[in-house]
Amino acid sequence: MKFTLSWLQDYLATKASLDDILATMVKAGLEVEEVEDPGAKLAEFTVAKVKSAEPHPDADRLRICTVDTKDGEKQIVCGAPNARAGMTAIYAPLGTWIPGLDFALDKKPRKIRGIESHGMLCSTKEIEAGEDHDGIADLEGDWAVGTPAAEALGLTDPVIDFEVTPNRPDWLGVYGIARDLAAAGAGRFLETPIRKAEGSAPCPIDIRLEAPEACPVFAGALVRGVKNGPSPEWLQLRLKAIGITPKNLLVDLTNYISHDRARPLHAYDAAKLKGAVVARLGRKGETLEALDGKTYDISEDMCVIADDSGVIGLGGVMGGQATAVSEETTDVFIESAWFEPLRTARTGRATGIISDARYRFERGVDPASCLEGLNFALAIIREYGGGDVSLAKVAGTPPERDVKVSFDRRDIGRLTGLEVKPADLKKMLKDLGFGIEDAGEAWYLSVPSWRFDIEQSADIVEEVARLVGYDRLPTTSLPLPPEGRKVVVTPAQARLRTARRVMASRGFLEAVTWSFMPKAHAELFGGGSDALTISNPVASELNQMRPSVLPNLAVAAQKGFDRGEREMRLFEAGPVYIGDGPKDQRNVVAALVRPVAERHWSGPVPAYDAIAAKADLFALLQELDQPPERFQVEAPRQPHWHPGQAACLKLGPKVTVAHFGALHPRVLKALDVDGPVYGFELNLNALPMMKARATKTRPVLQRSDLTPIRRDFAFVVDEGVPAADIVRHATSADKKLISNVLVFDVYQGTGIEPGKKSVAIEVTIQPEGETLKDKDIEAIAEKIVESVAKGTGGVLRG
Amino acid sequence: MSEIETIENEALGAVAAASDLAALDAVRVAELGKKGRISGLMKTLGSMSPEERQTMGPALNGLRNRVQEAVEARKAELEEAELEKRLQTERIDMTLPPRAIPEGRLHPVMQVFEEVAAIFGDMGFTVAEGPDIEDDWHNFTALNFPEGHPARETHDTFFFHPQQGAAPKVLRTHTSPVQVRVMETQKPPIRILVPGRVYRNDWDATHTPMFHQVEGLVIDKAIHMGHLKGCLIDFVKEFFEVANVEARFRPHFFPFTEPSAEMDVKYRKVGESIEIGEGDSWMEILGSGMVHPNVLSNCGIDPDEYQGFAFGMGIDRLAMLKYGMPDLRPYFEADAGWTRHYGFRPWLSPSVAGGLS
Repeated sequence: MKFTLSWLQDYLATKASLDDILATMVKAGLEVEEVEDPGAKLAEFTVAKVKSAEPHPDADRLRICTVDTKDGEKQIVCGAPNARAGMTAIYAPLGTWIPGLDFALDKKPRKIRGIESHGMLCSTKEIEAGEDHDGIADLEGDWAVGTPAAEALGLTDPVIDFEVTPNRPDWLGVYGIARDLAAAGAGRFLETPIRKAEGSAPCPIDIRLEAPEACPVFAGALVRGVKNGPSPEWLQLRLKAIGITPKNLLVDLTNYISHDRARPLHAYDAAKLKGAVVARLGRKGETLEALDGKTYDISEDMCVIADDSGVIGLGGVMGGQATAVSEETTDVFIESAWFEPLRTARTGRATGIISDARYRFERGVDPASCLEGLNFALAIIREYGGGDVSLAKVAGTPPERDVKVSFDRRDIGRLTGLEVKPADLKKMLKDLGFGIEDAGEAWYLSVPSWRFDIEQSADIVEEVARLVGYDRLPTTSLPLPPEGRKVVVTPAQARLRTARRVMASRGFLEAVTWSFMPKAHAELFGGGSDALTISNPVASELNQMRPSVLPNLAVAAQKGFDRGEREMRLFEAGPVYIGDGPKDQRNVVAALVRPVAERHWSGPVPAYDAIAAKADLFALLQELDQPPERFQVEAPRQPHWHPGQAACLKLGPKVTVAHFGALHPRVLKALDVDGPVYGFELNLNALPMMKARATKTRPVLQRSDLTPIRRDFAFVVDEGVPAADIVRHATSADKKLISNVLVFDVYQGTGIEPGKKSVAIEVTIQPEGETLKDKDIEAIAEKIVESVAKGTGGVLRG
Repeated sequence: MSEIETIENEALGAVAAASDLAALDAVRVAELGKKGRISGLMKTLGSMSPEERQTMGPALNGLRNRVQEAVEARKAELEEAELEKRLQTERIDMTLPPRAIPEGRLHPVMQVFEEVAAIFGDMGFTVAEGPDIEDDWHNFTALNFPEGHPARETHDTFFFHPQQGAAPKVLRTHTSPVQVRVMETQKPPIRILVPGRVYRNDWDATHTPMFHQVEGLVIDKAIHMGHLKGCLIDFVKEFFEVANVEARFRPHFFPFTEPSAEMDVKYRKVGESIEIGEGDSWMEILGSGMVHPNVLSNCGIDPDEYQGFAFGMGIDRLAMLKYGMPDLRPYFEADAGWTRHYGFRPWLSPSVAGGLS
């Protein structure tokens, strides 16, 4: 919302400086966004008189002017065709920055075709104060030499722009702003009721209300014989200052009253009206060509203004083209009605029309202002357009808004810690327009008709606090709760934190990527359900909630590689979505590597692969206090993994905790990512919480004094037999004594028949209590061979 | 010269002449081995008369000991020489590069979440969470956004396709719905901090369709707006790690608080970067207010018995202000160069006691 200082001063008697007024605005909740002081940037420019203008001896188009300036008499060479003796011009001394030309004059006089020029005479366009550039500014009026150009151009009025919060539609008029600033101490509010227009005869146009729930009150009047020319200069200046282009008196005055009193009106060319003016709901199939030139379909939910010809306006949103006023209009019908906010908002959304009227009606226009607004318009028309004004006709009654708030004065201290004297309190509330019925502790307040945001005591507390100023509230550190501090994060959150640090310490860069992705990507990763499709995505490729973080990481890794990165190691700890319910969100840790084989002088460096991804996953599980041995490694169950180089990690038959390995080449191709790409995705929600230990004391360290014995075995098995089976069966040969089994070689080739492989393991036997004799060890070795043979069909390699 | 002296001279000479460990060992075996010369002489002691033994015993023992010591000494000498010789050949160019270990980094937003949690944790807050996909009730209605109210429109909400009969689900536009979820299930006193992702349909130089907020909520019997101010001023000082922060609170409108306030801090621009705390301009950093009585009632809390304050702040922007990232957009691009530059080392864990950053 923009307004000018002088406009505000119509309704606010104040000696406060601009800065003080701005400070009061901020204090009272009118958040100042921009202040444009048009005089400030013209400070260098002043009024000067051209005493003579002689032709330049060496240039037809140039004149040598002798100019009376604030700096004395100056010789200025000027190229303007209109430079002439006796004119009042705008002077820029040497060294001045000329904003419209984007350069500064030289500090020393410059010769133009041999003649020295000591400054410049400017056009309004050159000083960004107008569009006139046919010549230098030719000022009207008798301005003294040295008068600031801003003053001579009528550009001294600062323009203030501020944010109107949705709860305060009364701030959409300068009158309401003045009332609030006066209550906040910036001056005295000049209450300016509008006098009733004296009409000659009843309004001949009939007004009917057929949908009082949408339009409960409608005041109208007819003015005959109006001259709809340009509006008066003061009105044009005010509209221009706030960015509205003046058109003609009838249009300008509705704009003016809309910004002055937050009261939208509409002017109809009465000659184009047919029959009664009716406010009713729309009918199927109706259309309206609105003032913006576009045609809108009318729905049954919309409140329309209609006459015998059909719809002529969208109530509270925009009028129609067919009945619009023009310079030719002589008879005008003024509408001052009240439209229900929610319906107006719906109509506005449905049509997409943005107008000052909609903006005000959907937030709430003072329902008591119908007649006042109409009278204001009639007064302006009569003064500047003449004509014969009818009596005002009012159909319906303003909606009852007799809101009474029971206000407990103690609430001020209770909610804000502030103490305010009852007398001050009363003054503030009265200044805001509240009626007060003092009943001791509780006051009964009647809420002014323009305030829609006041319903209860807490709302009054805010009024008082903001008028006093939040800086006057106490500043009290929050006392600790009596039971003291608690552990800040839950165990699940702590796990996420640990996971992030583990991944970063293993060389991964943490990413935070969108929670949404292209539906096609989501489908590749087992997602894509319609329940998780965003109906109004910010971009079509961000329309589906992600079922996995991996596609985002894969695409980012490829992008990084294209940009010249070598190996990309990314991880993200964040949400994935399996449904739209409150429990359908999972926290995952996803890691992804797009490997690049690094070279090293010492020899080949093994590249990151599926087993390396497993190492990272297992290291993470270990750090999360989840011994990896408790999980089973099985074939992948998600479609985006390489069928032969990936696996899932399960906890029992039902719970899948993670997937890891290589991503499916077909999926990578669809993502436009060069493979191979390895990674894992761990569902933290599927991990069991480890039971809190009853005591912090660690159990006693159990350690054997006896040296462990290590024996190697190599088994030839079918190549499909998982190594884990051999380890499992070897371990189970003697669970008590075998403490570890390590696979240290897998071999296929010479000496091993095709379809078979040799798997070599090192078994650690930890004697307990007594040393093992050779025959004991032999016995264990035999049991190992037997167990592996039975479980896997493996034969000890000869 | 006695025979013993001769043997001693010969043996010591041979020891001294031994040029390597093998030669020395040969001398040792020849003299002191089972069949060695000196060992042989020692064996003759048994067949001597006691008188002879009395003189020859000490003499032979002395001989054996001296030769043995000489062997040990020479052995140490030779070993030392051999090590020196080997060391001359064991040379590595220590300027060669080691194998590269990739360096990981934590994302600034996630780090700042932890910084914020550390500060509020110190004031007795605990962290709560809620879902990103919300229903109309939790995101709007319970928070006193009446249906059709223009305040809803300011949120640029992402909607899911409507399902039969129900209002469409939304991506939460703020972390405030978690306030509602906590108040619906937990009895006051409440003191929670809610970090999380939030979403608004807006994408330009200063807005991203997804960003991060931290929400705070304190509900008790005697919490007033002075506590709100104190708590947030304490926070801002700790967060920006400066001794003094000039702050102001000014009225604003949020449907779910009454009175409502925005908090500004003073700052100045120093070259490309921003110094928070003092300066010539104000910058808005968060919204706050006393929880609206309607919100308390909507969550089943009696507003005549309990009251409190809530606040919400954009973490991405706080991170920018503290750490000087010039632009929001790379936050979500998983850009390796950006993350290495602005990210944090893995073991930097923010705490009030140990320092935030």
